[in-house]
Amino acid sequence: MKIDRRGLLAVGGSLACTTLVPFKAIASETDEAIAKFTGGANIGTGGITLTTPEIAENGNTVPISVESGKASSIILLALGNPNPNVATINFGPLSGSRMTSTRIRLRKTQEVVAIAKLEDGSFTKDVKTVKVTIGGCGG
Amino acid sequence: MAKGVKPRIKVPKQASAGDMITIKTLISHKMETGLRKDSDGNKIPRSIINRFTCDFNGENVVDVGLDPAISVNPYFQFNAIVPESGEFKFTWYDDDGSVYEKAKKITVT
Amino acid sequence: MSFFNKIFVGSVLLILGFSTVSLADESAKLVVEGQPMITRVKAPSHMENVDEIRSGWTFRIKETQSLQMDDFENPGMIFVDKGLDLWNKVEGSKNKACASCHDDASEFKGLRTVMPRWNESANALWSLEDHVNNCRTEQMGAEPLKWGAAPMDSLIAVISLQSRGMPMNVKIDGAVAPLWEIGKELFYTRVGQLDMACSNCHEDNYGIMIRADHLSQGQINGFPAYRLKNAKLNSIHARFKGCMKNIRATPYKVGGDEFRALELYVASRGNGLSSEAPSVRN
Repeated sequence: MKIDRRGLLAVGGSLACTTLVPFKAIASETDEAIAKFTGGANIGTGGITLTTPEIAENGNTVPISVESGKASSIILLALGNPNPNVATINFGPLSGSRMTSTRIRLRKTQEVVAIAKLEDGSFTKDVKTVKVTIGGCGG
Repeated sequence: MAKGVKPRIKVPKQASAGDMITIKTLISHKMETGLRKDSDGNKIPRSIINRFTCDFNGENVVDVGLDPAISVNPYFQFNAIVPESGEFKFTWYDDDGSVYEKAKKITVT
Repeated sequence: MSFFNKIFVGSVLLILGFSTVSLADESAKLVVEGQPMITRVKAPSHMENVDEIRSGWTFRIKETQSLQMDDFENPGMIFVDKGLDLWNKVEGSKNKACASCHDDASEFKGLRTVMPRWNESANALWSLEDHVNNCRTEQMGAEPLKWGAAPMDSLIAVISLQSRGMPMNVKIDGAVAPLWEIGKELFYTRVGQLDMACSNCHEDNYGIMIRADHLSQGQINGFPAYRLKNAKLNSIHARFKGCMKNIRATPYKVGGDEFRALELYVASRGNGLSSEAPSVRN
């Protein structure tokens, strides 16, 4: 898989436009993680659903789930964390519907991104904002 | 081997051939991110479960790569198709080289 | 509460950043593994200022609430598993485990709901922790477990789980009456740099937000509780200690007389709510 500068810019640009988040500091890491997964291919939308709470009571344990009917693999990224990588899920021949639920850590209010690689080799993504509260007592 | 690691899994005892079943897995693990410092200001080294796999009769169901952003006591729920009776095998890989395994049989009618 | 007190608390709360936005699903019903829990009930008659008591579960957002509804989803159950290992572990000079005498923890069904209570032979108010340590030192010849540490909290979770769903029913008269009065006094006494009592948050202002936290009634019917904040079980006294630190007070000693009396009083404020341990809280 060849990764060129133009491809990376296109991915970064399209993501920035749709997410409207100033993730400059880790943009390169995010771009890198995405490029590693997609090889610089275009990323579409639709056919993938990322479910997150709108507001997380505590950033230590944020329940999320992702489903994409024809995915062969999915990566999860948290753009406001010190490192954007969260998990990579590869679906084997005996996986049922292509879904998974897990619990993740979010350092602050941020965008969570799921990108699926579909069986036909194309890519699609979903983005959700999760507000992470910092409690008065919870500390 | 990290301390206090204990895997838990939930798989139905039986299913019909070709059924899609729900599997829940959880392993108690501190998932130390490698970003924290101790009281002396020294970095606490990263210590996480970095990979989790589920196979059924030798065929793969899911293969997950985990990063430090996965919460303490990593939890995964997913689905599997069961073509025949057999055994699920669950494997968790620790940064320190430890491998934790658990198996569960299912009867397909 | 006097008018002046209302104004005073109001201003403290404003400084702390209170608002009235609520994230909780307050009308949700808690059913754990098919068993319905009493999360709202008429307040016990000794409570003068509250009509209805509510489990802390009713103040949490729906994602946190759902973690407690299925034992596999509930991270507190990991510690029950660890507690069961400890239950079966032979320790001490007499070569015994808990299981040597109490083969099945289910014989303690109901115990959580009446604790703390007066122990005649010890001539003292006993919490569950005292039962555990008395068995360890007297029956097993083992070292006592540290109050509020993980092994103790895990064992308490095993014992408490046996009473899940049963209503709290702590006795407040007889020998414990004077201690209950001390606990009540502590609940209403302002302490610390913020000069606040338990009651300022958990009686006068439950249901509103303190910055991003939704204030509960401070009920302890779900303890030991798994908190998302520290990802472990938390004992009743450890939670009291946390609250006292939050109001910039010097905490009383975990396992000390003040917290024992406060545990009795606060437990009695929950009489009628189901025991939920191990619950899931923020």
